[in-house]
Amino acid sequence: MTVAQEKNPPVKLPNEPAITPQIVAEHGLAPDEYQRLLKIMGRDPTMVELGIFSAMWSEHCSYKSSKVWLKKLPTKAPWVIQGPGENAGVIDIGDGQAAIFKMESHNHPSYIEPYQGAATGVGGIMRDVFTMGARPVANLNALRFGDPKNARTRHLVSGVVAGIAGYGNCMGIPTVGGETNFHAAYNGNILVNAMTVGVAPVDKIFYAAATGVGNPMVYVGSKTGRDGIHGATMSSTEFNEDSESKRPTVQVGDPFVEKLLLEACLELMATDAIIAIQDMGAAGLTSSSFEMAAKGSLGLVMELDKVPMRETGMNPYELMLSESQERMLMVLKPGREDEARKIFEKWELDFAVIGHLTDTERMVLTWHGDVVGNIPIPPLVTEAPMYERPWTLTQLPAELDSSKVPAPTDWKASLVTLMSCPDLASKAWIWHQYDHLILGNTAIRPQGGDAALVRVPGASKEAGHKGAGHKGLAMTSDCTPRYVQAHPETGGRQAVAEAWRNITAVGARPLAVTDNMNFGNPQKPEIMGQFAGAIMGMAEACSALDFPVVSGNVSLYNETEGRPILPTPTIGAVGVIDDIATSAGSRLVKDGLALVLVGDTKGWLGQSIYLRELHGREEGAPPPVDLAVERRNGDFVRGQIVGRKVEACHDLSDGGLLVALAEMCLSGSTGASIKLPQGIAAPHAYLYGEDQARYLIATDDGGALVEAARKAGVPAVLLGYSGGSAIAVEGLLSVPLQELRDAHEAWLPGYMNSAA
Amino acid sequence: MKAAVLVFPGSNREGDMAQALELVTGRRPSLVWHGDGDFEKVDLIVVPGGFSYGDYLRCGAMAAQSPVMAEVKKRAAQGVPVLGICNGFQIVTEAGLLPGTLMRNSHLKFVCSDVHLKVETSQSLFTNRYQAGQVIKVPVAHAEGNYFADADTMKKLEDRGQIAFRYCAPDGTVDGSGNPNGSSSNIAGVFNETKTVLGLMPHPENAVEPMFGGTDGRGLFEGMVEALS
Repeated sequence: MTVAQEKNPPVKLPNEPAITPQIVAEHGLAPDEYQRLLKIMGRDPTMVELGIFSAMWSEHCSYKSSKVWLKKLPTKAPWVIQGPGENAGVIDIGDGQAAIFKMESHNHPSYIEPYQGAATGVGGIMRDVFTMGARPVANLNALRFGDPKNARTRHLVSGVVAGIAGYGNCMGIPTVGGETNFHAAYNGNILVNAMTVGVAPVDKIFYAAATGVGNPMVYVGSKTGRDGIHGATMSSTEFNEDSESKRPTVQVGDPFVEKLLLEACLELMATDAIIAIQDMGAAGLTSSSFEMAAKGSLGLVMELDKVPMRETGMNPYELMLSESQERMLMVLKPGREDEARKIFEKWELDFAVIGHLTDTERMVLTWHGDVVGNIPIPPLVTEAPMYERPWTLTQLPAELDSSKVPAPTDWKASLVTLMSCPDLASKAWIWHQYDHLILGNTAIRPQGGDAALVRVPGASKEAGHKGAGHKGLAMTSDCTPRYVQAHPETGGRQAVAEAWRNITAVGARPLAVTDNMNFGNPQKPEIMGQFAGAIMGMAEACSALDFPVVSGNVSLYNETEGRPILPTPTIGAVGVIDDIATSAGSRLVKDGLALVLVGDTKGWLGQSIYLRELHGREEGAPPPVDLAVERRNGDFVRGQIVGRKVEACHDLSDGGLLVALAEMCLSGSTGASIKLPQGIAAPHAYLYGEDQARYLIATDDGGALVEAARKAGVPAVLLGYSGGSAIAVEGLLSVPLQELRDAHEAWLPGYMNSAA
Repeated sequence: MKAAVLVFPGSNREGDMAQALELVTGRRPSLVWHGDGDFEKVDLIVVPGGFSYGDYLRCGAMAAQSPVMAEVKKRAAQGVPVLGICNGFQIVTEAGLLPGTLMRNSHLKFVCSDVHLKVETSQSLFTNRYQAGQVIKVPVAHAEGNYFADADTMKKLEDRGQIAFRYCAPDGTVDGSGNPNGSSSNIAGVFNETKTVLGLMPHPENAVEPMFGGTDGRGLFEGMVEALS
């Protein structure tokens, strides 16, 4: 390691404390990590320098425990323009357009202060996307809450949903999809994963790498306050009973300012004045400035007294570590400052030149003329701690013999119970609070299909779109944490496969993935083993399905009092369809349609919702995922959909065949009657089993679809027809739709409106 | 028909409105910035939805004091038609162009959903393409859409036929079941006395294409084109 000579050693500020082991520990640096710091610096750090190392080397910013594993994920495909490492992933979606997207967690802040935690999570991920030049077209979110019976759960659901709505609705970006689950393992540590998808011209994508010695470094957006100081460090530790005292580390969002920032940035991006741009997210000015300088192999002088401040008496330490929201850092071409300033002033935002690029590869911070920090940039990045933590893989549990799982004693009650259990009950109470229609491009709404489908703006025939009609982006978010818990490799494989299947089920071509890895404490070998196993499964599925990972986020230490969450690698996925008119939703809106089950059904009840909700057991191996079969079945289904042979399509997941059928019937307000094929030994396993790679299709011509499947070597069987006002399975049950709807739709509003 | 769509800091459905106007009228409207008190002469002024000034102070209160709204008030007095939707409805009521006020939804939450509206009259430049009593399906998306006016005002509105749309059930029944926000008398939209200003909470601009929300909102735009071209 060579450290460029330090010409200006920093001065200590008045009242600056001496660095003690206790202060080092409070900054989340292990003793050996501090030794590493001393070696890089060649002297004791100042407080601001210590704060910078603490933030940059936090798990949240450095990925020190996860990096060795993340490298195993496939990240390349001919359509990938930018993989992991930038603010968001970028893929080519044809017609000179790119989709830019990422999913990110805001778990710890959302547990401490649900409204602001969730709101700023949404704000942060949108900034990641528009920093790259994209106008956001849609938001999604994946939420995991604790047991509904837990005293805090209702408050958390209410605050998180209102926070997401408050931010997204004001920004004017539709929130079109997502998922919400409940499980006691999240009682002390909820998950809030937010995803944004944007669209930009492929030749107008903006990156973070700074270039040009002497070029001005510009700060725009909101003023810097004292909120969120040490957010990145806070997110990198386990919770304990003191966590609520960490509330001041949660950022406070202002979606109105972010809306102005979005418009101002896009207006400036339409010129060619910007060289590089980076939003200030976790670790604020610290991580944004280091990232820009490091990527450009340059140095930087920042005059911290020029940073716009919200409060008086702020010091360099606070300025470098504040996580105030709605701020951006950019490098402008020389001489373009006035042009840029005018745009930001029009939008009534702060604009300040706070420094310039140098060739020293050092970060020099000044405060009213005095140097207060001076850090060599390359070693801070390259010498950052990286851990290959010990890991123990979870063994595959024994397969559960489905024939030994009791059939329901009351068939009708079994379906009503499942459709009204917290995980399967209607989430309309949530998504009606999200504006999912703004921008006028939403073709498939929540509960309308397996993936949300949004028209791509600017892809009309006049604009050169080669397809026949409106081009659409399909998007989804998926993970089945109970499968991952039982066997991380299978669970990781399944999460990717289900996302791929959901994109397929609307007729779109799955293109790429963003992953949001939520796990417990990586210093425990069994947790690290969960992480490793999930990555192995995901990597295998992403390769087999040509479904690369282009962006992502890791959230570790999701534990409270030593109890970890279910391992939750949430998969966000994006696909494209050339003509939205050829897509399929999942609503059954017409009588007389043939209902065809595609894919093989063995009746897998291990880790099923049926087993958990009706028998109170979370046991067995999760359903195996055969990726070749997944691909074969999915490609067949997609072909049938875009060939316009399909009226409605729904993938089979939680709750299996009968739950999928019930969802299609309820969302389309049409009943259905089906009959099981001959020789089914365990009807409950056939109806509620969660075998993978399956779809339920409604079509005008069932015979033709079954024949086409036979030719393609895909199992398919005609089960019955749509019609009537009940869901009926011959010889087993008949449930009036209205009765099922009442139960399905009543649970969540009833829960939210009941007294605590 | 030449239209202007106002843009305040925080407006966010101005693009939806421009898209709908262009689709139905074949002509792209001009977008007018909030500071522009002297914009070109137009046949229709639209105050679009969004969160003008972040909804701070009170929805629409700050926008109502902007330079562009001073000009809109002048032109409205001269009979230039004004259409206020959602936050635009809140702004035109705050500006005094329409009676009543929009309060927080009775259930205190934001609501985005398709609703059914009963068209109360076809006798206006905005509603002439609909039949009185017709039921249309368009979405709402708001947190403050709970229309309220005092008893005298309500009576005047009813007597003078100033109620444009009411929330209703799919079959046209006007009762609590179709009311998404607690509005008095299920009011979704009202006219001024001369029926040249219309304010409504629902978003007809998000119901103009078959694959993207249906086409029940088209009538409003087609009616205006017919009346104003």
